[in-house]
Amino acid sequence: MSKQTKLPIGIDSKKISGELFTLTYGALVAELLRDLESPAEVNRQLDKMGYNIGLRIADDLLAKNAQIGRCTDMHQVADVLAKVALRTYLGVSAQVTAWSAANDEFSLLIEPNPLTEFVEVPPELAQELRYSQMICGAIRGALQMLHIEVQTVIVSDVNQNTEIRVKFIRILQESVPPGEEY
Amino acid sequence: MSIYQVFVINRAGSLIYDWDGKEDSVGVEKTFSYPLDIVLDVLDQKVTVVFGERDGIFLRYTVCAINGISVQGSQVVINGREWSVMDYLSDEANFPVIVRFMPPTISTNEKIILSSTFHSLFTIAAQLSPIPRSSGIEVLTTTQFKLHCFQSTSGVKFVVVGVAGMSGAVEGLLRRIYELYADYALKNPFYSMDMPIRCQRFDDAIKNLIEKHDKHNMVTV
Repeated sequence: MSKQTKLPIGIDSKKISGELFTLTYGALVAELLRDLESPAEVNRQLDKMGYNIGLRIADDLLAKNAQIGRCTDMHQVADVLAKVALRTYLGVSAQVTAWSAANDEFSLLIEPNPLTEFVEVPPELAQELRYSQMICGAIRGALQMLHIEVQTVIVSDVNQNTEIRVKFIRILQESVPPGEEY
Repeated sequence: MSIYQVFVINRAGSLIYDWDGKEDSVGVEKTFSYPLDIVLDVLDQKVTVVFGERDGIFLRYTVCAINGISVQGSQVVINGREWSVMDYLSDEANFPVIVRFMPPTISTNEKIILSSTFHSLFTIAAQLSPIPRSSGIEVLTTTQFKLHCFQSTSGVKFVVVGVAGMSGAVEGLLRRIYELYADYALKNPFYSMDMPIRCQRFDDAIKNLIEKHDKHNMVTV
């Protein structure tokens, strides 16, 4: 038996210091900036990493929250994202605002955003760098696992409230499992 | 043991994990004199008991060794000569003979085939349903076993095969297996999604879970 299995099983043993998480993320972004030297490329990498995290984390959320069923409209998606997903993984809940007329697009206001708590982006990067881009990727990846294709962009980030725009594109019919059709 | 087998089937319908509750059994050995009073036949290239169950040797058991020499398919090499098992056992000169029988097993290949068949049946069942939005097969009952299936929203199927009298606590068990899958497979960065799960920790966790489940059921019975 390894040491890890002796830890008490429960939610507490799974929680880590928020600062460790924030600092790790900060170090990652800084390292990417050094390596890639182009903020746009950093955004792309962060998005890709987030996407891969999202693909894996979606099942985790569903396995541990049996009450979440299948979402059949964007309001339910927004609800789960704002109240359950962000709360579980970032420790904050978000506000859902700015619905489009067609009800297929909304904004998530994450306030405060734990990722940007200590961050001051240098002015020469502020235009291009999307510091919290990983959250966007994660949302996109997770929803793809649930057969919903969305577009996610960061509207505003560091220095203001983080606002993420989520837009419904289509249902991935080819991957919807039997019994789950609309 | 109230659980025989656990399967995890990915979204494309291929088997990515299986757990088998059966310990490797050594089989049954018995000395026979002429004539053989068990009816044998070659099925799927294995010499199989088709009639005349006795002394712990049941139908579908297969001959795995003769006089301690293991049988390859339906052939056996005795004293440098290759025999067909059927011929060897019908020749009076070869008796008395010690024959070892093995209970029927299903190979990994067969499990993979059965899993994708189940995946298709599940899909067909959901489509044939007279009521729209049917969930597909959740429970399959026979006289000998019960099969429970749980499909996650993402489309991964978790299947538990257990004794016919398996209690209602199986839904909980299936959800716990889903959690273990999320924890030990998906959170393992070296596991590639939709591929067979070869993770020691996942194995251990499944084993613990099923042991606990069995113990709990013993208490309540």
